[in-house]
Amino acid sequence: MNTKQVLSADDVRRATTRMAHEIIERNQGTAGVALLGIQTGGVWLAEALGAEIARIDTPVPVGSVDASLYRDDIALRPVTPAAVSDIGFDVDGATVVLVDDVLFTGRTVRAALDALGDYGRPTSVQLAVMVDRGHRELPIRPDVVGKNLPTSSTEDVSVTADGVTIA
Amino acid sequence: MSASLLSIDELGAAGVERILDLADTMAEVNRRPNPKVPALRGKTVCFAFFEDSTRTRLSFDTAAKRLSADTMTFAVSQSSLSKGESLKDTVETIAAMGVDAFVIRHRSTGAPWLVDGWTNAAVVNAGDGWHAHPTQALLDAYTVRTSLNRRDGFDGLRFAIAGDIKHSRVARSTTAAFRALGADVTWVAPQTLLPPSIGDHHVTDRLDDVIEELDVLYLLRMQNERMTEALVPNLREYTARFGLTAERAARLAPQCLVMHPGPVNRGVELAVDPAELPGAVINQQVTNGIAVRMAVLFDCLAATPDATSELERPVAQ
Repeated sequence: MNTKQVLSADDVRRATTRMAHEIIERNQGTAGVALLGIQTGGVWLAEALGAEIARIDTPVPVGSVDASLYRDDIALRPVTPAAVSDIGFDVDGATVVLVDDVLFTGRTVRAALDALGDYGRPTSVQLAVMVDRGHRELPIRPDVVGKNLPTSSTEDVSVTADGVTIA
Repeated sequence: MSASLLSIDELGAAGVERILDLADTMAEVNRRPNPKVPALRGKTVCFAFFEDSTRTRLSFDTAAKRLSADTMTFAVSQSSLSKGESLKDTVETIAAMGVDAFVIRHRSTGAPWLVDGWTNAAVVNAGDGWHAHPTQALLDAYTVRTSLNRRDGFDGLRFAIAGDIKHSRVARSTTAAFRALGADVTWVAPQTLLPPSIGDHHVTDRLDDVIEELDVLYLLRMQNERMTEALVPNLREYTARFGLTAERAARLAPQCLVMHPGPVNRGVELAVDPAELPGAVINQQVTNGIAVRMAVLFDCLAATPDATSELERPVAQ
C-alpha cells in the first residue's frame, strides 16, 4: 500500500505550538487547566503541548489515562491495556483537556470520558487532537485540532512527532 | 472463544509477563477511591469450589466484582454432588445457565482440564490436587516484581522454597513461574517431603546452607496431617531445621523477601513475628492477589476476541 506524507515534522511542531496557543486562549490563561493524554497515542502529544504551554505561559499538570477497561468493544476485538493511567493532579474542579493523536469514531474519547469520571468531577472537559479524520460514530467533536484530514474509513493514519502519514 | 488459565507451563513465559503487565493496570484501579471498572459488564463468572477455600474464593470474588462481572458460587457442601451428581453433569448444568468463566478448585489433579474440555466457557484453575495453583504463582511473581522493582525479569535472583514441596501445588506452580522469569530456585525440604521426581531442580535439606544468599525465602504451610503420616518427626523438629526462627531471620540478607501463601502456622514454619521482619511481604501477596486475579479474568474473558466478531478495524483511534 502507498504511504503518503501529509504533515512533516516541522508541520507537526508548528501545529503543536498553535494548538498550545488555542488552549490558552480558550481558557483565558492556564488557571485550572490540566492536560490528559489518552494512552498510548495521545501521551507524547500531551507532553509536547505541556512543554509549549509552559514556554508560552505557565506550566500545567500533564497526565495520562488508559481507557481500555472502559471500551464498548471488549470481547469484539483484542483489548490490551497499553500503559497504566497516571493522573497526578486533582480532577475535581479542573479544566481537563483530553489529548489524542487521531480522532476517528469517537469511541476511544467516550471511553476516556468514562475513565476520567471515575477520578473526579472536572469543571469542564475539552478535546485536543492532532488529526481529525472524520467518520464519527458518536456525538463527539474536538475543540482544538492540528489538522482536518479527510480519509476513507479503511485507511491507516499514523501520527508521531516526526510527521503524519496516511496509508 | 475464551482462553483458559490452567497451568503456568501452558501459559508460558510470555503469558506470565503479559499477565504481570496487565496486573499493573489493575493495581492502579485498586488504588482509586472507587476501585471498580466496567470492563467485564455482562460477563458471568462461576466459582466452582469442590474443595474448601475461603481466602482464594474471596480474592477471586473481589477481583470479578471490581471488573463489574456477575458472580455465582457453587460450594460442594450445598450441592447435589452429595446426591451423587457427576462433575460433568454439574459443570454442564451450570454452563447451561450462561456462564462465561469457571473458576475451579478440585481435590483431584487434572479436574480443570476435564472441565475445560466440557465447556466453551473459560476455565481458571484455582488449585487442583497437589498439582497446580497458577494464580498463586502469578501473584507471588507479581509481589517479587513490584517489591524488588524487577520488571525486566528475575535473572540472577536466588529463590528458596522451604517446606512440604511434595504435597504443595503452590510450590510446583510458583517454582514454574519464577523459573520462567529467570530466577534460580532451590527446594529446601526433608527427603520425605520431596516429590518422587526432582527433575533438574536444585534441592537441599539444609536451610542453613542457603539462607544467607537468598533474595526470596518462600515458606510453605506445614500441615498437621503430615505428622500423623510420619513424614516429619514432630513440629518442633521441623521448626528447628526448616522454620524461619529469630536466629535464621538475623542471617537473611537485608533486602531478602519473606513470603508465605497463607494461612501461616505461627511458631512452626514462621517462628518470628512477621511484623519484625523488614522483608516480609505476606500481606502484599494478599493485596496483589486481587490485581493479579483481575488481570487473569480480564485476560481470559476480554483480551481475546470472540470468534464471532466481524469487526476488523484497529483498536486505536
